[in-house]
Amino acid sequence: MKTIQINATKHMRTLLAAGVLSALLSPAAWAADQAYSNKLLLTGGVSQVEGAAGGGLTPWATIGGYGTNNEVGGNLHYTYVKTGDYNLNTYGFSVGLFDRVEFSVAEQSFSLGKLRNKVSAGLGVDPIGRDHLTQTIVGVKVRVAGEAVLDADTWMPQIAVGLQYKENDEGDFIKGKNNPVVGAKSDHGTDIYIAATKLFLDKNLLLNGTLRFTKANQFGLLGFGGDKNNSYEPMLEVSAAYLLRKDLAIGAEYRMKPDNLRSPANDLLFGGANIVDLKEDDAFDIFIAYAPSKNISLTAAYVNLGNIATVKAVGADYGNQEGVYLSAQIGF
Amino acid sequence: MYFNIKTMLATALATSTLLLVQPVMAEVYAQNPNLGNTPMQGTATFEAFGGKEGLVKIMDDFMIGLVADPRTKPFFDNDKQTFIKAMLVEQMCELMNGGCKYPGRDMKASHANMKVNRAAFNGLVEQFQFAMDKHNVPFSAQNKLLAKLAPMYRDIETTTGDAVAPVFPKTGE
Repeated sequence: MKTIQINATKHMRTLLAAGVLSALLSPAAWAADQAYSNKLLLTGGVSQVEGAAGGGLTPWATIGGYGTNNEVGGNLHYTYVKTGDYNLNTYGFSVGLFDRVEFSVAEQSFSLGKLRNKVSAGLGVDPIGRDHLTQTIVGVKVRVAGEAVLDADTWMPQIAVGLQYKENDEGDFIKGKNNPVVGAKSDHGTDIYIAATKLFLDKNLLLNGTLRFTKANQFGLLGFGGDKNNSYEPMLEVSAAYLLRKDLAIGAEYRMKPDNLRSPANDLLFGGANIVDLKEDDAFDIFIAYAPSKNISLTAAYVNLGNIATVKAVGADYGNQEGVYLSAQIGF
Repeated sequence: MYFNIKTMLATALATSTLLLVQPVMAEVYAQNPNLGNTPMQGTATFEAFGGKEGLVKIMDDFMIGLVADPRTKPFFDNDKQTFIKAMLVEQMCELMNGGCKYPGRDMKASHANMKVNRAAFNGLVEQFQFAMDKHNVPFSAQNKLLAKLAPMYRDIETTTGDAVAPVFPKTGE
């Protein structure tokens, strides 16, 4: 009950912040729509799963919102990911200042009810004890060089550096010393990344490469660090998007993820017959993004997150958590 | 003799140097220094635009859009429209290797009496896209030309502050 109250307060806070942002931006946006929508369509990217401007999984070097170098822009976004055993709801907002700095806040809620049911059915007790894991992600990104769209005559990409501070609300569960299920070392962590994004305009092709230093397990939803590894590791994330029209892009992304968590010892669960396998895999998606107007963009994707936490017989293969990714973004 | 031997030698040297250099200079000036970018190879893009005839029609609608758009109106709502359209046709035609010769000034000089910011620059790009869409120019042909034009922002944009219109007054039709 206490957790629920804390979460409700946090969600209220984020919603309130989003509300204040939209209240601040929308009069200007309604009054002078053009003045706040001066980037070219889709060139700022969409909101990635952690709230930064980018593809679906990967932050790009672009600054969110349609504001140019003397303007302020912002986005509200909602993203829903549904895989075989899990789903993830993310909402948040971002503000782009002068096409230079981006601030973002995102709230993620990860539903693990199916896993909980399987584990408690196998054990006869309920060590998970919750249906959701939630975390807050606060991001900042600074464009340091280049112009992704207009520098069409050079190879020089737009380059940005960023960080994402993540705080998981379920520290007791994910890093509990006596808890055999997850075993993360921390309930908070900071990802640091450098991203390079280039639009090859004459080829209708956008390429992005992001190098992220992280300890996050499953984006941070299963905490940070583990018994297998508890130090920062570089993870490469790449995106390619092909523009079909100025308002329509298709593409694919690949995101490496660490594999820090040691799966619980067999004898702790199910008497050794089954285990919860926490092996973490890389993720990829194939997406289509559509911007019917400057203010709205919609993204749909097939996403494969690899294994997350699977109850399975010892030695058996685990499945992939694959499914759909749907995201909507409203811009100011 | 009026000319001494030194002058004659110098003249001979200068003449021979000029004769040697001339073909090289011709190479350099084959690329119009005022064009703002190198022309394309081949004429596929030019043909996708409907040749020079197509360009003229696109520029007519482009100009209508530029005057209607509050971001670009201050720069184009004046009595130089006919001249600007003609210059744009020649410039686009030469960039697309359509056999034209852009006779205008370079991008820096032609935008020197105004302050263009990114919003105005992108506003122009959007209006150009609308005009190209209206005339059914395929998207990838549009982007091939836009890729030649986009880097010109470095010479055209002169402010990160407010846009300021050209200084010549509107004298009416």
